[in-house]
Amino acid sequence: MSAPWTLDGFEAVIGLEVHAELQTRSKIFCGCSATFGADPNTNVCPVCLGMPGVLPVLNRRVVEFAIRAGLATNCSIAPRSRFARKNYFYPDLPKGYQISMYEAPICVGGWLDLVVEDTPRRIGLTRIHMEEDTGKNIHDAHASGSLVDFNRSTVPLLEIVSEPDMRNPAEAGAYLRTLRSILQYLEICDGNMEEGSFRCDANVSVRPLGATTLGTKVEIKNMNSFRNVERAIAYELTRQVRATQTREAIVQETRLWDVDREETRSMRSKESAHDYRYFPEPDLQPLVIDAAWVDDIRAAMPELPEARCARFVRDHGLSVYDADVLTQRKDVADYFEAGIVAGASPKELANWITTELLRIVREQKLDEQLVIREWPLTPVQLARLSRLVEQGTVNRNTAKKLIPRLLGTGVDPETLVASEGLGQVSDRGALEQAVADVIARNPDQVAQFRAGKDKVLGFLVGQIMKATGGKANPQLVGELLRSALAG
Amino acid sequence: MAITREQVRRVASLARLRLEPDEEERLTADLDHILAAFTRLEALDTTGIEPMAHVEDVPVPMRDDAVTNPPAGDGLLVNAPARDGRLFRVPKIIE
Amino acid sequence: MSALHDLTARDAAARVRRREVSATELTRAALSRITAVEPQVGAILTICEREALAAAEIIDRRVAAGEDPGLLAGVPVGLKDNICTAGIRTTASSRILEAFVPPYDATVAARLQQAGAVLVGKLNCDEFAMGSSTENAALGVTRNPWDPERVAGGSSGGSAAAVAAREVHASLGSDTGGSIRLPASFCGVVGMKPTYGRVSRYGVIAFASSLDQVGPLARDVGDAALVLQAIAGHDPADGTSSQRPVPSYVAALEGGVRGLRLGLPREYFVEGMQPDVEASVRAAVRTLEAQGATVEPVSLPHTEYAIATYYLITSAEASSNLARYDGVRYGLRAAGGGTLAEMYERSRAAGFGPEVKRRIMLGTYALSAGYYDAYYLKAQQVRTLIRRDFEQAFAHVDALIAPVAPSTAFRLGERVDDPLTMYLSDILTISLNLAGLPGISLPCGLDAAGLPIGLQLIGKAFDEATLLRIAAAYEAASDWTARSPIP
Repeated sequence: MSAPWTLDGFEAVIGLEVHAELQTRSKIFCGCSATFGADPNTNVCPVCLGMPGVLPVLNRRVVEFAIRAGLATNCSIAPRSRFARKNYFYPDLPKGYQISMYEAPICVGGWLDLVVEDTPRRIGLTRIHMEEDTGKNIHDAHASGSLVDFNRSTVPLLEIVSEPDMRNPAEAGAYLRTLRSILQYLEICDGNMEEGSFRCDANVSVRPLGATTLGTKVEIKNMNSFRNVERAIAYELTRQVRATQTREAIVQETRLWDVDREETRSMRSKESAHDYRYFPEPDLQPLVIDAAWVDDIRAAMPELPEARCARFVRDHGLSVYDADVLTQRKDVADYFEAGIVAGASPKELANWITTELLRIVREQKLDEQLVIREWPLTPVQLARLSRLVEQGTVNRNTAKKLIPRLLGTGVDPETLVASEGLGQVSDRGALEQAVADVIARNPDQVAQFRAGKDKVLGFLVGQIMKATGGKANPQLVGELLRSALAG
Repeated sequence: MAITREQVRRVASLARLRLEPDEEERLTADLDHILAAFTRLEALDTTGIEPMAHVEDVPVPMRDDAVTNPPAGDGLLVNAPARDGRLFRVPKIIE
Repeated sequence: MSALHDLTARDAAARVRRREVSATELTRAALSRITAVEPQVGAILTICEREALAAAEIIDRRVAAGEDPGLLAGVPVGLKDNICTAGIRTTASSRILEAFVPPYDATVAARLQQAGAVLVGKLNCDEFAMGSSTENAALGVTRNPWDPERVAGGSSGGSAAAVAAREVHASLGSDTGGSIRLPASFCGVVGMKPTYGRVSRYGVIAFASSLDQVGPLARDVGDAALVLQAIAGHDPADGTSSQRPVPSYVAALEGGVRGLRLGLPREYFVEGMQPDVEASVRAAVRTLEAQGATVEPVSLPHTEYAIATYYLITSAEASSNLARYDGVRYGLRAAGGGTLAEMYERSRAAGFGPEVKRRIMLGTYALSAGYYDAYYLKAQQVRTLIRRDFEQAFAHVDALIAPVAPSTAFRLGERVDDPLTMYLSDILTISLNLAGLPGISLPCGLDAAGLPIGLQLIGKAFDEATLLRIAAAYEAASDWTARSPIP
């Protein structure tokens, strides 16, 4: 296990609550579009504006997505669950209550397996439930008032609550990355933290090492990246230990992460204790899920990252490391498999993806996209390129140099190689001449080699490659050189 | 007294109702009177009785995931007490 | 020939279909009747003259074109003002919605319109349907057409008074704890509360969502059946509306009571009941026996807990349902600026009347931390016991027969200062709402002061047909329904 966070004899206890916005077409309780980016208050209707007399009607797909998420995280799916009202006033909450689930959530008791610093960790999941999102309050620093847009009101959310099982900030980060990867694989959430479609609150407390009871927990909000989650938790843990040491009471409260000052600060306006007065939602009867539906959903589940990684190792002979890199993102794993279909050999293609493609993706900041749809190099292009190398048509170096010229063009690498005469020189006669020339020009190195300095061979090969404009077949050059030197 | 002025104040604050002192006094008396009459429920043994939240024991119906509402017209906004274009205006929200 | 406003709804519709009278003539007759009697009744909050005449013209054109103008072709009707009507002010008799114009129709409003009915007025009621006398009405006083010093009953007082005064041929009310049956009984008309789920609640301003139900008020049983026929049935916009098929209520009117078993609930003949009320109800029982029904005593032992159970559950639901009136998207916002918290508290203080505030307070308290189990949960458990009482009774009988209220219409102002006494007006009507069962109130006599007395029939879930059949048989054997208090 990765080293637990400790400070002056205290350890960390961390639990996370994730709100994942679901990628449905329509909202959870009405037929308004659930997509982003519309003009303010256009994706709204009497239901999601909370007008008098209107009623919610449940979107089946939201339930299906919740079941998918539950199955993917080893939860049990409750045959009978129910919606509840969470009552509080806020301008972005149109009905004065949020329809959520309380004492009977849809998914309970699962877990998530993580790898943190090469060590496996299992984090418990308390529950997953469905709820509706709120609208958005728009705070204008200069104006006397605030503005409210309800386009997001009633967009479906899953709330995924972990057990307080994490013991350091890195585990929290790994938990979030793994969870996000699963939701993306399930194609139910785009996982964008900056845009708020994957939001995280952390419950953080400290306790003396070895203690079994929990300390007073503080909820941290307003962290919009994995990095911020880890930093906010680290800050808060230290703050709590220092507070304990100076006998300052830790209050059960909500604190906001201030990204500029890199500190958490108390939300004073919400100090008055909440009393949400949950009660069963009378407008929605109990949600009954029969086993056959769950079986259908299970049968149609996409392969998840863990399973796909294992399959890549098993079926394609990849190393665990390569398979893990390829399956972290579903789009990258899909890219790899598209390349295999196009005829590349798995190991060669894996190598090209992990070294070249992912470097370009990072340089072009494409990894910030949720799903990369426009690749700078298509899977077919990269597959062809890797085959040209395998077949000995071009050498690896030439192939690498071709990449910048292929980016964004869609051009078949074979065509480029043929039209520019870049094909590898494997003509034995021509190469024998080049070998002879290099031996003649470098008597000192030849003498060193013959005296037993094998490393000099690399220098001589380099000279021959240079002389042939880099097109020489390196295997053949090595072979000819050895025989010439032995002669 | 089953209920105190202090409790009435707390409940009024939860319900976002501003009460004048005379209303507060009246409501304290009313609620006290009503709740006292309702204490008869306490005497009834309900051990093991399932609470009834819905009349009929049928599962919640579900609809297909389809966008059926057109983009909102002004009719949904015209009842607003204060607006800024298509946005609803409220007093400044302080977090 | 009697005046047009004296016709029953089905007679009026039949004449429109036969082209003996036009929808426009019926509408004009209703409007002039309203002009004549409304000053002494005060049943109507909004007279929709322009919209009514336009709607009547459409019906007339359909008749002229040979199209089917609907079950209620050209019949002038009124709607309780908690039923939303697109483009027509809908207030729930509250200051907080005094200027609210819904952009949508309640499903029941749309269905009446599709059946050819012509909406001439929105009818007064207790604010948000909370009351038994229509005295908790912020926008006007409704008087009993039989005696202007007496209440019309509530909460659908305007719906009952308008029918009794022959301002409309039929109306819709809503019944959460007797709000259709009590005013029907006080005003000498027929009022039916259907089974919970029989009629859509979409667009009906919620009071207590797990009990609210819309139903007809009419001059006789046949009209009540006709209006129920027009509004009953599943509505995809209300998930709590039942998918069961709707039988023909009109056909159910035939058949008589021979062989039917009627139960007399012992607990419904309460101490302190007005003697002529009990005498009239017992006379009605004998009338039904004379026609071949058998009558036996039954017991509903948990009746004494119904008032507490009802007020705890309905107030809890109401406290949540009324949270949406916050002055953000619609409704009253108190003038004078101030902070967000002040806007909420002042708008709601200014917008809600004393009874509504009392119930919001009671309901908020019953749901709040530390009290939920003792009040709300306990009430829900007792609700189960009350429903079981009915199930046990209905194992032996086809319907129950009882008074609607312990007394006839009381004097205006007599009970307003004593909420608990007012709550006791509902003692014989609320239990069936808790159980979700149908009930009908029909006139069965006049007391010594010449005020109408109501007979209540309570049926099995979704067995409105049997209630209508019994009511029609009684009506045929008596002559109480034909009477009009205002010539």
